[in-house]
Formats: sequence, C-alpha cells, structure tokens
Amino acid sequence: MENLQCQCGHMNPPGTNLCESCGRSLTEKEQNSKLVDMRYEGTARRSQTYNKSIIDKIWNFFSSVKVGVSIIIVLLVAAAIGTILPQQAFVPATTEATIKDYYADTYGSIGRVYHYLGFHDLYSSFWFIALVGMLAISLIIASLDRFVPLYKSLKNQRVLRHPSFMDKQRIYGSGAGAEDTLEKAEVKLKELKYNIRTDKNGLLAEKGRFSRWGPYVNHIGLIIFLFGVMLRMMPGFYVDESLWLREGETRAIPEVPGYYLESKGFELENYTGEGGEEVFGEALDRVGTVAKNYQTDVVLYQKAEDALPGAADGQEMVKEYPIRVNQPLKFDGYAIYQMDYRLDELKAMTFALTNKETEESLGELTIDLIDPVDTYELENGATVELLGYYPDFSGFEDGEPQTATPLPNNPGFLVKLITPETPEGETSFITIQNTVEPLGDNDFKLTFLSADTRDVSGLTVRKDSTLPILGLGGLIFMIGVAQGMYFNHRRFWIQQKADGTILLAGHTNKNWFGLKKDLDQVVEYASLPAYTDQQDEIDKAEKAEKEGEALS
Amino acid sequence: MDERAVPQKNDKKKKRAVIRTVILAILVAAVGYTIYNSATAEEVSLLEVGDKAPDFTLVDLEGNNHKLSDYEGQGVFLNFWGTWCKPCVKEMPAMDRQYETFSNEGVQVLAINIAQSDFEVQSFADQYGLSFPIVIDKTKSVMTAYSIRPLPTTVLVNPEGNIQRIITGEMTEQDIEGFMEEIKPE
Repeated sequence: MENLQCQCGHMNPPGTNLCESCGRSLTEKEQNSKLVDMRYEGTARRSQTYNKSIIDKIWNFFSSVKVGVSIIIVLLVAAAIGTILPQQAFVPATTEATIKDYYADTYGSIGRVYHYLGFHDLYSSFWFIALVGMLAISLIIASLDRFVPLYKSLKNQRVLRHPSFMDKQRIYGSGAGAEDTLEKAEVKLKELKYNIRTDKNGLLAEKGRFSRWGPYVNHIGLIIFLFGVMLRMMPGFYVDESLWLREGETRAIPEVPGYYLESKGFELENYTGEGGEEVFGEALDRVGTVAKNYQTDVVLYQKAEDALPGAADGQEMVKEYPIRVNQPLKFDGYAIYQMDYRLDELKAMTFALTNKETEESLGELTIDLIDPVDTYELENGATVELLGYYPDFSGFEDGEPQTATPLPNNPGFLVKLITPETPEGETSFITIQNTVEPLGDNDFKLTFLSADTRDVSGLTVRKDSTLPILGLGGLIFMIGVAQGMYFNHRRFWIQQKADGTILLAGHTNKNWFGLKKDLDQVVEYASLPAYTDQQDEIDKAEKAEKEGEALS
Repeated sequence: MDERAVPQKNDKKKKRAVIRTVILAILVAAVGYTIYNSATAEEVSLLEVGDKAPDFTLVDLEGNNHKLSDYEGQGVFLNFWGTWCKPCVKEMPAMDRQYETFSNEGVQVLAINIAQSDFEVQSFADQYGLSFPIVIDKTKSVMTAYSIRPLPTTVLVNPEGNIQRIITGEMTEQDIEGFMEEIKPE
C-alpha cells in the first residue's frame, strides 16, 4: 500500500481515514458520509494496513476486537460447561486414575468426554489457560495498536482544520462574526477550564483528553491482574494444603518448611438455649443442634536455626493460638484455618483380664493405641504381652493379620495372657467385639471395658503472595473505568475566515449534552453563530422519511 | 521527498517487524511457561535428581541417631515406608538381603517409617529380622522435607550427598541390586 497524500500536502500512512494534519476526508466512504467517523481520530489502525509477514498476520489476529470478544465468549461458554458436572476437587476420589473412573462410572460416556477434555479441572486445563493467555495477548496488542496512533494524533493535532472536516462534525455552525469574536470565545472557554491553542485565524479548545486513556489504563489493570493469577502457578507464591491434626499430635506443616503444629485439643460447641441464649430457644427447637464454635487450640513451633528435620529437640515454641472459623493462625505470610473436624477417633482401650468361668477380674490394663508397649503388668502377678498390633485390622493374609491404614479405626491385638494359673500363657486375637483363640480354648480373656477417644482437626494451610498484585490490578482497572466513564474529552474548533465568517465545530467522546451546555455559554458570550447538532438532523430526517413511507 | 521516504519506510518496516516479534515472543513465552507450570504442578516434588539431599537426623529403634550428612562418602538408600503399605512390606526382605551384600561396599540403607508407634515398627523388624537401621519420622518432617507422597518411595543419595534417583512404587530384588550398584562409592 502507498502512503496517502492529502490535498494539503501532508503524507498520511496507508489506511488513514482523515488527514492527520488538516482533517480532510481521505477515503471515498468518508467523503460521501455526512459526518466523519472520529473513532481513533481517523488514524490508521496499523493492524489493518500491513499484512505481509507471518508476524504481521499473528499481530493483526490479536489486534482485532472481534477476536478478543470471541475469546471472551468462548471462555464464558467453557466456564459454564465447567459447572455442569462437579469439578475434581469435589468428587470422592483422590488419585488420577480413580478420578477418571469416577467420571466414567458416574456420568457414563459424557463423563468420559468431560474428563478427557479437561473440564473436570477447568482452570488447570492447558487449553483454558491458553485461552486466557490469548485474551491477555489480545488485550495488550489491541490496546497498543489503538493507543499509539491515538496518542500521537492527539498530541500532534493542528489547530486549523479544513472546512470539510469541520462541517462534517456533529456539532457545526457557521455565520457572520465580529472582530473580537475569537478573543471573547477564548476568554469564555478559558473560564470553562478549556486548554486553548490559537494559530493564525483559528482556535482549538480542549478539555479532559486523559479520559481517552481510560480503556487503556483499564486494560493495564486487567493485565496486572492476569499476571498475578499466573504467578499463583509458580512454586512459592500460592499454597493451599490441608492438614489433619489429631489431639496431642505434632506435625510438620505441609509446604511450610521449618514449622510444626501441635494440637492441644479440638472443641465443638453447640448452642444450648440456656444462659443468655434463651433468645435462640425457638430457633433451636425448630432446627435442632446449631454449632456455636469450632476451635482447635494449637501450638506453633519453629525449627531452631541450625536444627535438622527430625531432630527431637530442634523445635522452639513460637506461639499458642486458638484457631476458630475465620480466625486463622497467622505467621510469616501463612494462615492456618479451621476447616473440618472428625470427632471421637479411638485413642486408648481399657480391658479387664477375666477368668472365663468365674468372671473374676485379675486387673485392668489400658492400651494406648497411638503408642502401645509390649508388656502390661497387672497387680496380681498377671501379665499381658502384646505380640502384634494392627490399628486398622482388615483381615488375614497368609495367616498374617493386616492393617489397612496407620489409623486406629478398627484396632486388632494379638496378645499372650500370662496368669499364675497359666504360666506358659494363652494366645488370643482381639478385635472390637470379637475374640479369636487360634491355639485352642483359653481359660482367660480380655474383656473390653471402655475406650478413650480424641478429635481430629481438619486445617487448611494458605499462603497467597499474589493478593497485593491482584489488588493493584483491580485498583488500576477501576481507575481506568472511572477515567473513561466520568470524564469526557471535549473539543471545539473555531475559525474566522478572511471575510469575517465564523466556522464552529465541536466534538466529544461522550455526553453531548454537556458539550452543548458549555458551547451555549460561549455562543452567548462571544456571539458565535448558531450551531446545529447534525446527528439530530439526520435522525429527524430518517424518522420523517419512515413516517412518510408509513403514510404512503 | 520520495527518494528520502523510501529508505525511511524500509527502516520503519524493519523496526516494526522487530518490535512485533519481540512483544509476541515475550507474550507467548509467558503463556507457554504458565501452561508448563500448571501441567507439572501435580507432580511438583520440590526435590529433583541432582539436588543436594536435605539433611536430617532421626533416631532408630536402638536409640542411635542417624544423620544423613554423616554418611557422606557412602551411598545412602533411603526407603520411606509404613507397615500398612503392602508393597513396602513386600520389598523389605529383598532390601535386607541386598543390604547384607552392599553394606561392606559402602552402601547404607535407612528405612524411614512414617510416624508409627515404636511397638509396631519394632515388632515388624523382629518379625522380618531386618538388619538395617529403621528410623521413625514422628512429626513427618523428613517426609515433608522430601515431599514424599505415595509409599513406598525410595530416594537414592550418592556418595557426594546428591540425589541420584527417586523411585516411587515397589521395587524387585533386581531393581534394588541395580540401584545399590548405582550409588556404590568407587
């Protein structure tokens, strides 16, 4: 494409609609239209002009607003589809294979396709991230392609424009003027806080140009926001882990190197309807139990500076804290929240060693299920030897008792009962409500008396270093919105020809009513010629034409 | 004017192509890196082959301290396990047989139990007659430091104290022999 030379002699880049210098219409379309298209000041959007190399083609693709809007629509549709079946975080499966099977088993072939396409973990699926990335690229390139020419054009704009530019503005007027018309107009416009530039017989008044940058500031905010979201995927910026902590346990906090957490106790408190809570009585009668407080009392320890992981004496207490819902334990950029609980996990079991026949007790023993020992001495010379302990007994394999997990959900004990009467001992395998005597009938047995339990706290470990970045992005976004929405870019061009005729044109990017109000004051003060709103005229003419058609 | 405009135009064109290429390359790289990060986020073990193996100290069933850095110069075969984990239990006897051969050649085995009681670990060791030291990671701090997820996981530490290999899942006796050969000091 060739450069376009305007009649005024100025060379314009190809694709220009209105001469950069004088404002004459350069394209046939512009020449034939009644009003000029002032978008981007009639400058060439570079994207639409060069289309030669592959880089230019990619660039032009992303520069298109149509493409940007299409990406947004595709993202919206994908996000909507992502809500049809539950996301993987909410299905009862943990490993990759079981998750896949869950979707296939529960939802059939739809579930299989859903999982295959990555809808089960939408925000982490590569194509979703790729689309968001493309949206970011589109935002940046489309903004650059429009901002740079617009900025240049507004920065270099001339005071004197060609009459053909002026009479195609929406606000236009012409008529006789006095000698001091321009000076008076300048005084009034200055009073109205316009910036004035004059050149020979012309005047340009301008106000609120920065409003034109609103959309670009807004896009910068969005880009910063997306950058923050991107950082979340980098290690170290974002932690979201869960930790099950049992009463009395001390555990290293996952993803938080060097810190340990001990649970002193978990408490679930319900509303009682008594002691000042009578006011809730009616509601409690209606719905039953209502939780008042979930609380885990914890102690936070930090590894001593030179201590190694695993060293028993390498921990220093940092603080004690009661973690409650919405009152997390905060330290070093991390927060630990109360999220879940399980009540009454077995902790210890108490048995009596009894003679089967006489039901006489030889004493009691308590087995700590967390830390059992191998021998329990009873008072009257009897001993219980623990031969095997299976915290979550799941059956026998090759005659060996098995445990499914390390948690005491279904404890099984292989014990030898030694009493003065049976000095060689009797072997017995005990699980809850069941005793097996593998080596023949015994004279003695262990009778279950009672169990101690403890509660488990479900805690969430969080860290989000991207929040300030997200906040900054959001703030800039809002500044951009306000800049573009609540301020207007208003301009007036006034020219006085040699014969004294005044040409007057006005333009704003929004709020034409406000522009006219300003202009009315200037017209009155400086006795400018009356102006018309040419858009109104066009609308009226069209309306009349339509009515005419309807009548005939 | 035209003669001057042509070279200027070519310069501009070149500049434009360079700027566009650079901007596009940066943006594509950022998006690509994000996708890569999210794709590998699942198996993100903070440890990688070639890293320095995090030092730790744990107590074995006899009450002896085992500090990883004390074994520098020897290959260390770190096996994370629990009695409830069937593949862990299966590979133990094979590890014990290979340990007998390789312990004379400078390979140390440390079996790290995940937070079980002394009684369970001791009776397991007695039952299988295991001769290598078994330590218990009561607070799961070593497990966290090594970001161990599934059991069994075996971490091979070479004589220089660096991670030679990370194996998740059950190993056969031949595997174990090969791995011990790999970290044997020269």
